[in-house]
Amino acid sequence: MTPNLNLWLIPVLPLAGAAINGLFGKKASRAGVSTVALLFTGAAFLWALVAAARFSSVAVSCQEYLFNNPHLAHWIRISGFSADFAFYLDQLSLVMLLVVTGVGFLIHIYSVGYMWDDPGYYRFFSYLNLFMFFMLTLVLANNYLLMFIGWEGVGLASYLLIGFWFTKDSAASAGKKAFIVNRIGDFGFLIGLFLLIRQFGTLNFTQVFDGVTRLTPGAGTETLLTTVGILLMIGACGKSAQIPLYVWLPDAMEGPTPVSALIHAATMVTAGVYMVARSHVIFERAPIALTVVAIIGTLTAFYAATIGIAQTDIKKVLAYSTVSQLGYMFMACGVGAFSAGIFHLMTHAFFKGLLFLGAGSVIHAVGGEQDMRKMGGLKSYVPWTALTMGIATLAITGIPPFAGFWSKDEILWKAYQTSWIYWLIGLVTAFITSFYMFRLYFMTFFGDYRGIRVDEHGHSHIAGGDAAHAHGEPHESPAVMLVPLIILAFLSLVGGLVAIGGSFEHFLAPVFGASEATPASGIASNRGLEIMLMVISVLVAVLGAALAWVLYVSKPYLPQQIAARLGGLYDAVLNKYYVDELYAALFVKPVVDGSTDILWQGVDRKVIDDSINDAADGARHVSDNARRMQSGNLRSYAGWIAAGSAVMIAYMIWLGVAR
Amino acid sequence: MVPLSYYLVLSGILFACGVIGFLIKRNIITIFLSIELMLNGVNLSFVAFAAHWHALAGQVFVFFVMVVAAAEAAVGLAIIIAVYRTRETLNVDRVNLLKL
Repeated sequence: MTPNLNLWLIPVLPLAGAAINGLFGKKASRAGVSTVALLFTGAAFLWALVAAARFSSVAVSCQEYLFNNPHLAHWIRISGFSADFAFYLDQLSLVMLLVVTGVGFLIHIYSVGYMWDDPGYYRFFSYLNLFMFFMLTLVLANNYLLMFIGWEGVGLASYLLIGFWFTKDSAASAGKKAFIVNRIGDFGFLIGLFLLIRQFGTLNFTQVFDGVTRLTPGAGTETLLTTVGILLMIGACGKSAQIPLYVWLPDAMEGPTPVSALIHAATMVTAGVYMVARSHVIFERAPIALTVVAIIGTLTAFYAATIGIAQTDIKKVLAYSTVSQLGYMFMACGVGAFSAGIFHLMTHAFFKGLLFLGAGSVIHAVGGEQDMRKMGGLKSYVPWTALTMGIATLAITGIPPFAGFWSKDEILWKAYQTSWIYWLIGLVTAFITSFYMFRLYFMTFFGDYRGIRVDEHGHSHIAGGDAAHAHGEPHESPAVMLVPLIILAFLSLVGGLVAIGGSFEHFLAPVFGASEATPASGIASNRGLEIMLMVISVLVAVLGAALAWVLYVSKPYLPQQIAARLGGLYDAVLNKYYVDELYAALFVKPVVDGSTDILWQGVDRKVIDDSINDAADGARHVSDNARRMQSGNLRSYAGWIAAGSAVMIAYMIWLGVAR
Repeated sequence: MVPLSYYLVLSGILFACGVIGFLIKRNIITIFLSIELMLNGVNLSFVAFAAHWHALAGQVFVFFVMVVAAAEAAVGLAIIIAVYRTRETLNVDRVNLLKL
């Protein structure tokens, strides 16, 4: 009945690439390593396309087991619970599949150029392929447990790649931070899964969702689903960098720029959105959990955008922008517009991936510099990068007809139907987004070049830095890096058009069902209102761009004055509202101090070590004394026997007398 | 008739003499004699009880003890001679090769 799509090939191909490069890459040439990496990711992308083509001709959800043999693919089978190595393809996972393999493949191509001079070349591609394997497992899994494997696996790959230049202290600790913060989220996710197992005895998506729909409505059911929903959302907060667990993502920019593009913008961080969308059956029946999702998303979108205004590191701006855009996606999910969230996920993967790759190209051009204050005027040096990044900037700010316009507008429209508050905050965020994105664009590409010019080639290498190589004038990147930029620019240009007339929503309708089709109120059909809101959001985006133009191109002295005028507020924004310091004081310091003073010096040394040492000392003391009894002198033994007998006899006599 | 307790006291004295001799003497022959003294002290109590209770078992035991003592004397003296031949001494404290 269901066609055999050999879905297992899609994740296993990058895994094979990771294994080959990881095991043999050290001795292989760079060309060999890149061939293997590109071949296997490319093959995965092709196979995903084949699967998509065959899938759309059948148009049913497709479920199949790894290696196509249910008996081989059993994973956990105990009474009352089972989880299998099985994959599941429906419209939702198909979208994710194509985004992950497609954008992933492009970023692999780009990395060939970007990482060429790095001594860890083979290691980089091995990790990157490993990431693809886990991400595809996450996307294709047919049960929560296998999804969790992918979930943890992408966390591992993210850790390895953030700390790719592990000799740099900041990179190593950024990787650690990402891993630990994600653990907090995973903790919530796991507890949610345990609750599901207890209730339904399975983690299979279809069975769980069937079970959820069959539950009798009531207070108990709603409490359960709300708890599960909020716990899953905690997991999503960790992975997708939402308040309060977003702090790891900006630090994750320590990794190589293609990693930031692939993992920390286009794919991994959207796993949380995917998971929430996948669990829409649970969330739809738990209005409180859904509201929590919406509030967290809205707040994160606004909050991260405000931080983005004052950052000067080009990648940090993009990182906060990613957090903010993820907030939009959660806002969409929270108001029940899952398909709008997924749509934004897709367009975001295009334009944010492009922005990061473009930033990488810029960093490459100026020899490893990431501070935008030392850039400027680059549009004549790197015309292609400037052009493609311009398209991405227009896309993220929501100027029609670029991709971001369609998805962001869809989200704002859906948000308005739920509550005008979400819409208003979303609109303000759109304004801020437009401002800081054009600020980035103008600071980088307009004005005069403010960086250091080194005329001779061969100035100092920045050890383990982005694109550290001998350098002169800013120069355009090689073609292998530009081609992915151009393809992504094209996708950012037209990617939004798939949604015209609600066709994207229609495409996902089999997954999200009728829940979205029926609008909550009458305003949904108000065409005029929709167009008015659309015009407002475009106007706001243009306003933001205009403000950025005034501040950073026509009157570049103004920002300093404004910053000085704002004083404390500006400092707070510049220092990311001191949240890192707050977390350090609230959570990190107590844990470190407690571990040092109580657990290490107190429990470990004083209690455990001392008790063991004392016991050993005592035993040695006692045996030192006891040893004297065994002198080897026979007559002393005889003496002891005689003395003992005498005592026994005396005792017996005493007994006799006492009687 | 001599009361039983007299025999027992004498037996105890003999045994104690044997023990003390065993413990304090260094000459191996003296130690050997002390062992004989202990055995015979015990023998004395056996026969005394046998006579007192008109039971033969005690006397039979004495014969056994004497047989064992004779065998022991034979083996023991042979060992003493062998030791003396190799080590030229009868002092037990010098025969301590096996001691740590």
